[in-house]
Amino acid sequence: MMTNEALQHLIGGWFPNPEFEKIPEVAKQPDTEEVSEGLVELPKQINPSLLEFSEEGSQHLNIVVKPQDLYTLMHQLKTNEQTHFDYLFCLSGVDWGEELGVVYHLESINHRHTIVVKVKTKDRENPNLDSVYDIWATAEFHEREVFDFFGIIFNNHPNLKRLFLTEDWEGYPLRKDYVDEINMVIK
Amino acid sequence: MQETIANKNFKTEPYQINMGPQHPATHGVLNLLLTIDGEIIKKVEPDLGYIHRSIEKMCERDSYQQIVHLTDRMDYLSSNINNEAVCLAVENALQLEIPERVKVIRTIIGELTRISSHCLWWGVMGMDVGALTTYFYGFRDREMLNDIFEETCGARLTMNYNVPGGLMLDIHPNFIKRVKEFVAHFKTKIPEYDRLLTENVIFQKRTKGVGILSKEDAISFGVTGPVGRASGVSCDVRKHHPYSALDKVTFKECLKADGDTFARYQVRIMELWESLSIVEQLIDNIPEGEHRVATNAVIKLPKGEYYQKVETARGEFGVYIISTGTKNPYRLKFRSPGFSNLSALNHMAVGGKIGDLVATMATLDLVIPDIDR
Repeated sequence: MMTNEALQHLIGGWFPNPEFEKIPEVAKQPDTEEVSEGLVELPKQINPSLLEFSEEGSQHLNIVVKPQDLYTLMHQLKTNEQTHFDYLFCLSGVDWGEELGVVYHLESINHRHTIVVKVKTKDRENPNLDSVYDIWATAEFHEREVFDFFGIIFNNHPNLKRLFLTEDWEGYPLRKDYVDEINMVIK
Repeated sequence: MQETIANKNFKTEPYQINMGPQHPATHGVLNLLLTIDGEIIKKVEPDLGYIHRSIEKMCERDSYQQIVHLTDRMDYLSSNINNEAVCLAVENALQLEIPERVKVIRTIIGELTRISSHCLWWGVMGMDVGALTTYFYGFRDREMLNDIFEETCGARLTMNYNVPGGLMLDIHPNFIKRVKEFVAHFKTKIPEYDRLLTENVIFQKRTKGVGILSKEDAISFGVTGPVGRASGVSCDVRKHHPYSALDKVTFKECLKADGDTFARYQVRIMELWESLSIVEQLIDNIPEGEHRVATNAVIKLPKGEYYQKVETARGEFGVYIISTGTKNPYRLKFRSPGFSNLSALNHMAVGGKIGDLVATMATLDLVIPDIDR
């Protein structure tokens, strides 16, 4: 089991920030003690990654990833032996107002650590994200559900069509701007 | 068989047929679109949504107390455990200190719910493979539990006994006595179940080696609960993320390695014993105290994200709440075990016969409102 700090350090290293070289040397290295051998190396760099990490208001480590990096990150998370997140236990679509996106809750059956990956897209008209169904088979159904309720299109999905609602349903009901004057009960 | 037909120059071709939504073995309104070649299944495609009520959308307009009432309309056989999940999520977010008495009673009722659900499953499992007697045996024992629930919780199926902050009412004075009676009664009945069905040769031949799900596939499909454990995945939330009083009791996680229909059957029978043992450990040690702590009439969760998982009779049930600090959740997602378990059905059924599909589905123990939500 890895701590959230160790996970952040490891995963952050996969997506180095190319702008990092331009950051002054002094800012990179806040005065750290020499790391004794055998201990887990703690992060000693100021956010060297393109990923955003946070733990705010959640019990798990949160990663926000850009849509174009999503598949690479997910593939690494599953295949890397240290992380080995083989169990996708929750996949939720979320409408954040300006952005649409998906939240992935991942757990490792062997290591027993948990992580939350979020991906957001600003394009509400034609939101496109990569499918992860070939990494975790359970995503095939869950992504269909997200497509049904949020209208997010998953690239490379083998069978992307409405899951619960009928084919001729108009709109995507769980979006915040969805209005259905006939059927929706509003207090 | 296929080869012999081909040898005689008869042509076969796959065709599609609907199984359900009114098929007795689908236990509700599940429609499976089968692609079959003769009796051999080529593809199973579930067609969902017949009882979709958009509970997640309804939750966005409801208060947290109201949301609890919607959860037992999903998996109605694990209603009490579903209620508990929402209550725990809200209590953890508010950092409420819950009395020990509440925790113990919640765990007892949760385990009784599991037994009740497995009793019903055992009955219909037998019925699905052609043994009608099991149905009456299972319902006979479940009836005792329903009476206990009715007396204490006020309802037999959709109990709503848990509220954020504790329990709606204290337990009925008869509760402890009747639970002990049930435990003593049921201990003599599980061996009867074994004699009637587990050891039955016809039943074993119908189930052994049928609908195999390997460990890797089970993890990849997110399969949990008895189905996952029968494939050797250690996925019991009660062990890995204990909640309520489950950290105070000793029980073992029932695991099997075979991953076939008979293994799933055995895991559930083993779980009956474990649940009985948990109830026995707690029933004499219910601490004194309050059955509820006061919460604000209007509950507002602090801004943030909360995830709570519990182990229902079907597997891992999760509640994911995004709160913006108002009295309604901004987004609420239910991770229902049946939905993920169903996604593995195609993988398990392909290459088998339609009769095997019925046996496999019986051990998935699907509850359709839990899938459709």
